[in-house]
Amino acid sequence: MKKIEAIIQPFKLEEVKEALKGIGVDGMTIIEVRGHGRQKGHKEVYRGQEYQVDLLPKVKIELVVSDARVDEIVATLAAAARSGKIGDGKIFILPVENAIRIRNDDHGEAAL
Amino acid sequence: MFRKILLGASALALSTGLALAQAPASVDQKLEALDAAVKSAQTSGDNAWMLVSCALVLLMTGPGLALFYGGLVRSKNVLGTMMHSFILMALATVLWAVVGYSLAFSEGNAFVGGFKYLFLHGVGVDPNPDYAATIPQLTFMAFQLMFAIITPALISGAYAERIKFSAMLVYTTLWLLIVYFPMAHMVWGKGGLLNAFLGGKIPCFDFAGGTVVHITSGISALVAAIYLKPREGYQVEPMRPHSLVLSFIGACLLWFGWFGFNAGSALGAGGLATSAFVATHFGAAAAAVGWLLAEWFRSGKPSVLGGISGCVAGLVAITPASGFVDPMSALIIGFIAGVFCYFMVVVVKNKFGYDDSLDAFGVHGAGGTLGALLTGVFATNAVNNALKDPSGKALPLGLVDGNGGQILNQAIGVAIALVLGAVGSYICLKIADLTCGLRATPDQEVEGLDLSMHGEEGYNLEA
Repeated sequence: MKKIEAIIQPFKLEEVKEALKGIGVDGMTIIEVRGHGRQKGHKEVYRGQEYQVDLLPKVKIELVVSDARVDEIVATLAAAARSGKIGDGKIFILPVENAIRIRNDDHGEAAL
Repeated sequence: MFRKILLGASALALSTGLALAQAPASVDQKLEALDAAVKSAQTSGDNAWMLVSCALVLLMTGPGLALFYGGLVRSKNVLGTMMHSFILMALATVLWAVVGYSLAFSEGNAFVGGFKYLFLHGVGVDPNPDYAATIPQLTFMAFQLMFAIITPALISGAYAERIKFSAMLVYTTLWLLIVYFPMAHMVWGKGGLLNAFLGGKIPCFDFAGGTVVHITSGISALVAAIYLKPREGYQVEPMRPHSLVLSFIGACLLWFGWFGFNAGSALGAGGLATSAFVATHFGAAAAAVGWLLAEWFRSGKPSVLGGISGCVAGLVAITPASGFVDPMSALIIGFIAGVFCYFMVVVVKNKFGYDDSLDAFGVHGAGGTLGALLTGVFATNAVNNALKDPSGKALPLGLVDGNGGQILNQAIGVAIALVLGAVGSYICLKIADLTCGLRATPDQEVEGLDLSMHGEEGYNLEA
């Protein structure tokens, strides 16, 4: 099992969700986060006071999937989230030791 | 036949005689009744406008100013800041009823009124002809009360996000007693030192409160900001306004309510009210344009906060002038105020480093001073002819009428307001500091005044 963590532009969330649904991904967790990579923040001015806003709002999607499907899902996700501009985000893939469904104690891939 | 004619003639004579005998009484009575009807109609008209004006001026404080200031602070202080305005709707009202109206408007000496109207004794539906002959004195009292509410609320922009609530109550109560009631008496009370229309020694024109409201509150705010020292983390942590949407709504409500503030100061629904109404609107509009242009030119972008700050600056500056100047002068005063207050807020404040959190001084102190002085330039008897020489000819008012000396009178009024406001504010701050401790503790300040002072939060999004 692998965990896919994708940090994307908030306005791309709908497209990504639709694309993942299209290839049969049933579940995901969404977190509203703030951060930045190489994309610079922006300057705001309030009555002459300047503020450098570096941490921009992003959406983080977390999915845990079977090893066999990782490549397909990552490719779909990346294609849907891509606008081609700086600030589109990143995808991280992590190994997952186990998964447990709380309702009935299923373990492993059966719990996904 | 003959008898019939005789009868008819005598009946005619009788009725004519009766009519002749009754005629003078009837005409007098009719005139009297007509007179009463005209007076009653004027009272109805004037009183209707004045009651609406009262409500409009109250609307400026809550929700107008509460939203304007509330949006400018960080979200952890939104309720505390709104409370600074709201509590005055209650506190200043009680104080006004008990003693304030008397100290401001009953006859006393040149500096403060007496105790004739203590507990509103003798203040009823009969007009007080010294102030407003066509409306109940109760209406006049209520209208003036709304000014006593908003003036100390304006100061809260300077001590926002760091004052202890108990200290704020002590400070504000003392401030009304020491600064506001005397200043209102000097400018508007019968026999007040600066009252141009009721026997003042130095006639100063202040139609709706440039000196009384804006200069006193503005300079008091500056003293409070310096006395309290900057907020924890000032110039280090970001202190962005948490919701300019709230501020926008608040500023537009201020603009709306200001029609009651200025046009209501005509104390009637006649031409002078219209004149003040138009001047008010023009002043606000030109100032918004002025501020935005200055900002666009200097920092590259015209901001919404700049636009609404500009309109408030213009409303402040046109306040003393509103019942004395024509529409074109109002445009000029407004435009200058927009540019000038932008400069005060953006350049001067940062140069000196005082933390006037929401720019109560930069907008109200600076705009009020500018407006009071420009009133001496642009006041004209073509708009307001209440001042007449013994032969009944309207006296020249400002520089445009050829009375340049008025600018000096205005400057004296400004100076008195500045000194009274600064000294009075310092005394009130000192007493509040000694009795309650003025500032929230650093922990309380970091936690936010909403939780530390009031035990609640403005935004419970998970609730």
